[in-house]
Amino acid sequence: MTITKTKRTGSVIFSEYKSGESIKKALSLKRDDILFEMRTSKLKGRGGAGFPTATKWMLAAASISKEKFVICNADEGEPGTFKDRVLLLEYPELVMDGMVVAGYTIGAEKGIIYLRGEYEYMIQSLEDYLENMRRENLLGNNILQTGFNFDVSIRMGSGAYVCGEETALIESLEGQRGEARNKPPYPVNTGFLGRPTIVNNVETLCAVSHIVVKGGEWFKTYGTDKSTGSKLFSISGDCKYPGVYELPWGTSINELLDKVGASHTKAVQVGGASGICLSKNEFDRKLSFEDVPTGGSIMIFNETRDMIKILKNYMEFFVEESCGQCTPCRIGNKKLLEGVKMIEEGTITYSYLKSLRELGHTMQVASKCGLGQSSPNSFISITEKFKDEIFRYGNGGNNGK
Amino acid sequence: MLLAEKNSLTEEIERLVEKYGSNRSSLLPVLQDIQRNHRYISEHAQQEIARVLDIHPVEVYSVISFYSFLNTKPKGRNIVRLCRTITCDLAGKDSIVKAVERELGIKFGETTKDKRITLEFANCLGMCDQGPAMLVNYKVYTKLTPEKAVEILNELK
Amino acid sequence: MENKDFRAPLSQKAHTVEKPAEPNQIGGTVSVEINEKKISVPLGTTILEACRQNQIHIPTLCYHDDLCIAGVCRICVVEVEGMRTLQASCAFPITAPIKIKTSTSLVRKARRDIIDLMLSEHYGECYSCVKNGNCELQNLAKEYGVDSYKFGHVKEPLFEIDESSYSVVRDMTKCIMCKRCVRTCIDLQEVGVLEAVGRGHETHISTFMDKPLGEVICINCGQCINRCPTGALHAQDPSDVVWSAIDDPNKHVVIQTAPSPRAAIGEEFGLEAGHSLTQELNTALKRIGFDAVFDTNFTADLTIIEEGTELILRLYKALAENDKSVALPQFTSCSPGWVKYLEHFFPEYINNLSSAKSPQQMFGALIKTFYAEKSGINPEDIVSVAVMPCSAKKFECNRPEMQDSGYKDVDFGLTTRELAKMIREAGIYLPEMPKTHFDSPFGDASGAGLIFGATGGVMEAAIRTIIEFVTGDKTEDVFENANVIPVRGFDGIKYLEIPITEVGEVPDLIKHLIPDWNWLKGVTIKAAVVHGTANAKKVMEDIIAGGKFSGCHFIEFMACPGGCLGGGGQPIPTNEEIRKKRAQAIYAEDESLEIRKSHENPNIVRIYKEYLKDGPCGHKSHKLLHTQYIKRGKYIA
Ligand SMILES: Cc1cc2nc3c(=O)[nH]c(=O)nc-3n(C[C@H](O)[C@H](O)[C@H](O)COP(=O)(O)O)c2cc1C
Ligand code: SF4
Repeated sequence: MTITKTKRTGSVIFSEYKSGESIKKALSLKRDDILFEMRTSKLKGRGGAGFPTATKWMLAAASISKEKFVICNADEGEPGTFKDRVLLLEYPELVMDGMVVAGYTIGAEKGIIYLRGEYEYMIQSLEDYLENMRRENLLGNNILQTGFNFDVSIRMGSGAYVCGEETALIESLEGQRGEARNKPPYPVNTGFLGRPTIVNNVETLCAVSHIVVKGGEWFKTYGTDKSTGSKLFSISGDCKYPGVYELPWGTSINELLDKVGASHTKAVQVGGASGICLSKNEFDRKLSFEDVPTGGSIMIFNETRDMIKILKNYMEFFVEESCGQCTPCRIGNKKLLEGVKMIEEGTITYSYLKSLRELGHTMQVASKCGLGQSSPNSFISITEKFKDEIFRYGNGGNNGK
Repeated sequence: MLLAEKNSLTEEIERLVEKYGSNRSSLLPVLQDIQRNHRYISEHAQQEIARVLDIHPVEVYSVISFYSFLNTKPKGRNIVRLCRTITCDLAGKDSIVKAVERELGIKFGETTKDKRITLEFANCLGMCDQGPAMLVNYKVYTKLTPEKAVEILNELK
Repeated sequence: MENKDFRAPLSQKAHTVEKPAEPNQIGGTVSVEINEKKISVPLGTTILEACRQNQIHIPTLCYHDDLCIAGVCRICVVEVEGMRTLQASCAFPITAPIKIKTSTSLVRKARRDIIDLMLSEHYGECYSCVKNGNCELQNLAKEYGVDSYKFGHVKEPLFEIDESSYSVVRDMTKCIMCKRCVRTCIDLQEVGVLEAVGRGHETHISTFMDKPLGEVICINCGQCINRCPTGALHAQDPSDVVWSAIDDPNKHVVIQTAPSPRAAIGEEFGLEAGHSLTQELNTALKRIGFDAVFDTNFTADLTIIEEGTELILRLYKALAENDKSVALPQFTSCSPGWVKYLEHFFPEYINNLSSAKSPQQMFGALIKTFYAEKSGINPEDIVSVAVMPCSAKKFECNRPEMQDSGYKDVDFGLTTRELAKMIREAGIYLPEMPKTHFDSPFGDASGAGLIFGATGGVMEAAIRTIIEFVTGDKTEDVFENANVIPVRGFDGIKYLEIPITEVGEVPDLIKHLIPDWNWLKGVTIKAAVVHGTANAKKVMEDIIAGGKFSGCHFIEFMACPGGCLGGGGQPIPTNEEIRKKRAQAIYAEDESLEIRKSHENPNIVRIYKEYLKDGPCGHKSHKLLHTQYIKRGKYIA
């Protein structure tokens, strides 16, 4: 498969970077110095949860163990997300270098890329790239004659969205069903094979490469106070120019819609199927951890689209992709889906719809992992913000039908 | 299954376990390789994998049943997975479904009689900016039209 | 990276924080606030444990005392201050001073929603369920005031009931996916029959390739039944057929009762664990309509003689005649779950199993021969029932080998639970029954037979007899009050050595088999006691590796944790505390008996005189009391 590299420009991730640069710099620094830069940068995880990367690394660095692991989460399964695909295909140097830096910082010698099964076509180019790094002594034993050993292997997923959740991912690596673990303890203490493990998103690791070279202060000049740096957005749906965009945090939905050539937009789903749906009157809201946080998926829907159909698609996704171990998520999503079908059929009562929304709130707080905790988001936001479409299906409420 | 076939399968599994290691962490890579080579993981293969990794056959089965890309029943020589995420859907997935089903005379979830093609849906192939997308074995095709999709399938052996 | 501890699904294992060995050391305890009450707990205590210790009730479903933590049902959620979501209290180890609230409106609503969700997919009505009245889901629904199916109710069963097994029935329409059975089967017992299959809403519990339970490597131990919170797993219940046999005037229906059911059946009638109701049960059985009530302990005594003689013969061949082909150590064969486990997992060792049948099957063979002759009843008209603490006994009595009397030796196996149900059906309140003795010709048995019910019991009974056979001394001279304490208790694997320094006369009973005991002089007899198949697996692997246990002469294996008293047919619930109380009841009853050694049981002496005239392991006993085994292997065709 040939990879066409588009020339991309951006302020942070897509800025100039020479392969191996951050490894060279990092290995000349003390671990604490790297952690300091990371802390200064205030980088937050790009995988969705937004956990401060420096904190995660410090905890892992502080754990005492003869073996630690760095895992790159390349399971990108959230509907509407494809930025990691672009990074892995076009900027592997940023990802790999970031992993080596992470390994050096926390004291790990093994890195694993968990690549989703759907991306199997990338594996050759990634393996080639790793081989190249080994030849240049950026990977393997005694990297750049510093005595530091680190190697990266690639493991494939097999088509299970929930394996993007970090503990489910670790289970999957251990040869188990991808079922999320109980937390605490967290992977930074008890991760892969019971060892301290950090799991980072592809984009997070790319940001690390830049931060190490250019400094935390530089990184902080982009974005907002609590959301530093920039973000890659995967834009899809009803617009002229879908694709991956690097934009500073704090960009408003309106600005974004302008940029990608979207018109007559009715709704924007931020954060994929597990994200929330924004309606017209919210388009001035800003993409940032302070306002509308996201892992980067933006789906745009214009006025001709049927929100109930969209919601049904999301709920079908969760009914299938839940790992199925905990009650609220396994059965709850099914009930929400049935609710959507009842809306379509025009048979739902408003009191039942209310019960379902309350159920959604229960799922948000009582599910075992992030999947069940976020899967009701779209149900709750769409049934709230697009009430008129429920009416359109002939649901007159308790007495109306 | 013939005895010779069984033995060669056992040998293959033992080779794979040598390659990946005999601990449980190797389970998925072994399953993935068997799946790739045989297009399914037979009952016998599952029991042999369980034996060499020292786990229970039902655990192997349980893991296989969790992952969409692994299966225990023979499928077609080519597996076609059409993305059904909303963006691909809005970009015209349904018309592709109709065209392909009519062309092959089977529904999604089924395999052609000659075992040439199995049709399946997939949840998000990560090609939302270029939908509709489909995965044919391990290759992706994007910006499909019904006509283009049928053409691609017709070329499959 | 090799780590064999990772056998069970890790997601179902507690990633517990290790508790400090010395809780009083600095940092060894944490103070937490539960519902505004300050308490201090050892580091790593879970929220659930902390609450239970402080009499704060938290509902649970997937949690079970015997099993590792799953944290999947989410019914035990509580609020922890500062955390965005609710936390499963069973899975949350306390490592920092936190504030916990166990009954806020958020918590109550979440629990209620979860119950409603479970009920929405739970097929069937309570009144038509075996677990009616003893169902954890039902109790929760009551506790939380469920009065309607908020999220609907299944109208059609989604699964077929699997009745293929002689022992265990799986009705997945009642399953709530707590995975206790999975953790029991894979983790506690390490048999590995049940696992979660599928993903998402389709996830369900199943077997290898969804095969019927009767076709897979299930050993029928029924431990999963004991831990199922609902009616999804239950034993194959023959009580209707037993009733009709009782009602049939042409049938002579006899029942034998094993030692463990008596020690536990009181629990079915609301008594605390640990009350033996042996003689009350005899009366109740007669009132129900059984024609004769026998004590399985009689054949337990017989087992000791037969199995003990077999052991002596094996040892004689190995030690006196230096025959290397003798299969040692000899394994006990009374536990049908263990037998099937060995047949599947270590088939190359079936020759080590004692050929002696289990007490149940010995009795079956004698009832339709000896008893039939004695009482002049046509064996064809005898219906032989056994009440056992065990679900595997149902399988055992259906083994095709078990027809040595010319008929099916034991017709039906009832569990303790099923018998309790029959007694209740007959309108009898068991604890208030007057006491009666067992019927002749077998009569009351020895305490040695009785303690078969607890792990270590067979070994203790054997030791009581063998010491006296070999040395001519009294067991009491070696072990105080003839209580062989080293083999008692619930350690998973126990090992002991008995050096033989003195030998005596060969007793008359086996004089025709060996000339003298001199070959045993100076020998140290090595024995082990193992319960739970997970422990059995460890010992078998040690034997294969040539470890310490390969040097044993005799090993007692029981499939179930705690031995028969923890069997798969015993009252539910079960946990270690309950099992301990049952054991205490058994040992107390043993001590109250006059005859406590198998060879001193006068009826045993008599049966060898009158019926099994060629003695232990003789021709007749071989025909009726011994059997052979099948190399089943692990592969499922
Ligand atoms: C259901 C679910 C799916 C997830 N999928 C991904 C994913 O595909 N990629 C990813 O990087 N993080 C994913 N996450 C987030 C991870 O659990 C984890 O937070 C992340 O990998 C941490 O990396 P970061 O701190 O660099 O963001 C997912 C979380 C959940 C609950
Ligand atoms: S929330 Fe859903 S995906 Fe997460 S553990 Fe529960 S069932 Fe599995």
